[in-house]
Amino acid sequence: MSDLAIRVENLGKKYRIGGRQQGYKRFTETVMETFSAPIRRLKNLGKPTPPEEIIWALKDVSFEVERSEVLGIIGRNGAGKTTLLKILSRITEPTEGRAEIHGRVGSLLEVGTGFHPELTGRENVYLNGAILGMRRAEIDAKFDEIVSFAEIEKFLDTPVKRYSSGMRVRLAFAVAAHLEPEIMLVDEVLAVGDAQFQKKCLGKMGEVAKEGRTVLFVSHNMESVQRLCQTGLVLEWGYVLFTGPVQEAVARYGDVAWKGRPSVEHCRRRAGAGGIRAVRLWVGDAESAPVQVITAGEGMSIYLEASVSPEYQRMRGFAVGFGIDTAMGRRLVTCVSSWVGTDVQTSGQRLLVRCHLPFVHLVPGRYLLSSSIAYGTETLDYVEHGGSFDVAASGDSFARQRNGSHGDIDLPYDFEEIDVH
Amino acid sequence: MSKRLAVEEQVLTTAQAIPEPETKLAQVPVIIIEPSRGWISLKLKELIEYRDLLFFLAWRDISVRYKQTILGAAWAVIQPFFSMVVFSIFFGRLAKIPSEGLPYPIFSYAALLPWQYFATATTSSSNSLVGSSNLLTKVYFPRLVIPLASVLPAMIDFAIAFVVLLGMMVYYGIVPTWNALWLPLYLLLALVTALGVGLWLSAMNVQYRDIRYAVPFLVQFWMFASPVTYPSSLVPEQWRALYGINPMASVIEGFRWALLNTETGPGPMTAVSAVAALALLVSGAYYFRRMEKTFADVV
Repeated sequence: MSDLAIRVENLGKKYRIGGRQQGYKRFTETVMETFSAPIRRLKNLGKPTPPEEIIWALKDVSFEVERSEVLGIIGRNGAGKTTLLKILSRITEPTEGRAEIHGRVGSLLEVGTGFHPELTGRENVYLNGAILGMRRAEIDAKFDEIVSFAEIEKFLDTPVKRYSSGMRVRLAFAVAAHLEPEIMLVDEVLAVGDAQFQKKCLGKMGEVAKEGRTVLFVSHNMESVQRLCQTGLVLEWGYVLFTGPVQEAVARYGDVAWKGRPSVEHCRRRAGAGGIRAVRLWVGDAESAPVQVITAGEGMSIYLEASVSPEYQRMRGFAVGFGIDTAMGRRLVTCVSSWVGTDVQTSGQRLLVRCHLPFVHLVPGRYLLSSSIAYGTETLDYVEHGGSFDVAASGDSFARQRNGSHGDIDLPYDFEEIDVH
Repeated sequence: MSKRLAVEEQVLTTAQAIPEPETKLAQVPVIIIEPSRGWISLKLKELIEYRDLLFFLAWRDISVRYKQTILGAAWAVIQPFFSMVVFSIFFGRLAKIPSEGLPYPIFSYAALLPWQYFATATTSSSNSLVGSSNLLTKVYFPRLVIPLASVLPAMIDFAIAFVVLLGMMVYYGIVPTWNALWLPLYLLLALVTALGVGLWLSAMNVQYRDIRYAVPFLVQFWMFASPVTYPSSLVPEQWRALYGINPMASVIEGFRWALLNTETGPGPMTAVSAVAALALLVSGAYYFRRMEKTFADVV
């Protein structure tokens, strides 16, 4: 218990995002907007933004870090790594859950934060140190060490605006690395600076860890993650996909399969005016029973169950759309009822829609489902990544040599040799 | 809350249980991160821990204030001085506004000094959070430090312009009395007012950038509501205390009283002002802390 550095329990962070841009506007519309927008905004003042437009940057994140552990946090862009560090460094508050941190936290979210270009290197060391939470006496004591680590002795009294970007990064890292907190959060600092300095930084971080301090290291550079960290945490769509030995974590990062199964409540993003709200989005058999794994090349049915509010019951003219994305979030297929001339009608308070695809030529892997319900030009409910399904290989239809660079679609084909006369 | 106490207790008990050499390790501070709800504490203790940052931020603003300007610190004098000239011509000479028996130039200059300080401090603290957005989104520190540090640099301008006032007092042969010892308190009242307004507006500015456009207007409006160009004796006696709701009225009258020996010294009006300024400061600080959690996401 006493050697616990960080404990995170069910941490979640929700962001509200504004409505989408609606294409280009004509000049007159822009002018009219100038006058009407403030009135509309004043009317809406104090009312919360519609709760539909939310995105969970982190959801149900739990893990523990022990003292002097070096934890690598890996995941794709937008997986929630930076949000996690921002919460742990108290820059932003979580929406739910809690974290417990034993010790002083030093964060290196972006080096050189708070550098003032007009001030000299010397002055910026003091300013930056103070911003990072160092006391003046502390900076005095470490000043020479910082300057020699950054290799900027000659330019100490030059304004930082005359520094090269490399020099700035070196100085910033030097200040932060000498902060000596019990817990250090590092985000992608090594992306800048020359190779030699990168090596020096990695060395310094290794040293920091040996001194018994805890490091949380976010990086896209798997090589440095493997070199520095003993354990890894893989984030995907804001969920923890894996925690454990770093080698395994790095392997998981390469692997797109993930454990957290999306649902309509735990979707990535939700928007729309309401009226009809999606309840469940799934792939199922002919009787609508859920099926998680389908076979490549065979048929598939996507189902959407929604609840209809009284004013939308017994109406026609609705359009329902489904989207299939790769696990990396790239759209592959969009199916919209109105595109094939189907008019979706409502009767009671439940709406169940099926979309049947006779052949699904996708390569094996995990796919994500999105849905939208529209009435006229208005989106009533849009659910991004509110369901998932897996595609399994059919017999030996897939060559063993297939890898990620061979694409996501597997159209039927055959080969023949043509005689050339 | 009870959970938090339990954790702190646990840390204390482990600290006691472990023999000497390890005690230091076990006593590391425990930080609990949780979503906050409703009105939250001001965390003044933490603010004091960060006093060096307060100093460095203020010092940064002071040292870059007149970089790359030709006239440099002379700007601190030019602004109030030329305002004084214009006011003396139009309000003093042409409109013949009474100046309590004092020469109009020094009557208005003694008011322009605290006014200029207040106007600069209010404007810069209102814009301080938005101006430091790169800090807000990258580093943790008590956010109150930012508006707090931004009301300080204008003091330097005040000090420079004050030297000119001393020169004018010699020129007009005005000898200050012991009343001048009250001056720092009136300056503090101006600072507290500027900070109070700055806390409200800087926090609002994060969400509604309208504030940036409203502040110059507000400051101008406020100047005419304060006795900069006229004596507050123009305000009917029975309303004088109420006039003190505008703390700047007391600050300006106080300056004139302390330095130029006019009649309106500390009294009911100053008391009303002090209460108003404190109310502004405390409410501003709580509002600021309440809005604080959204800063990094919204700014």
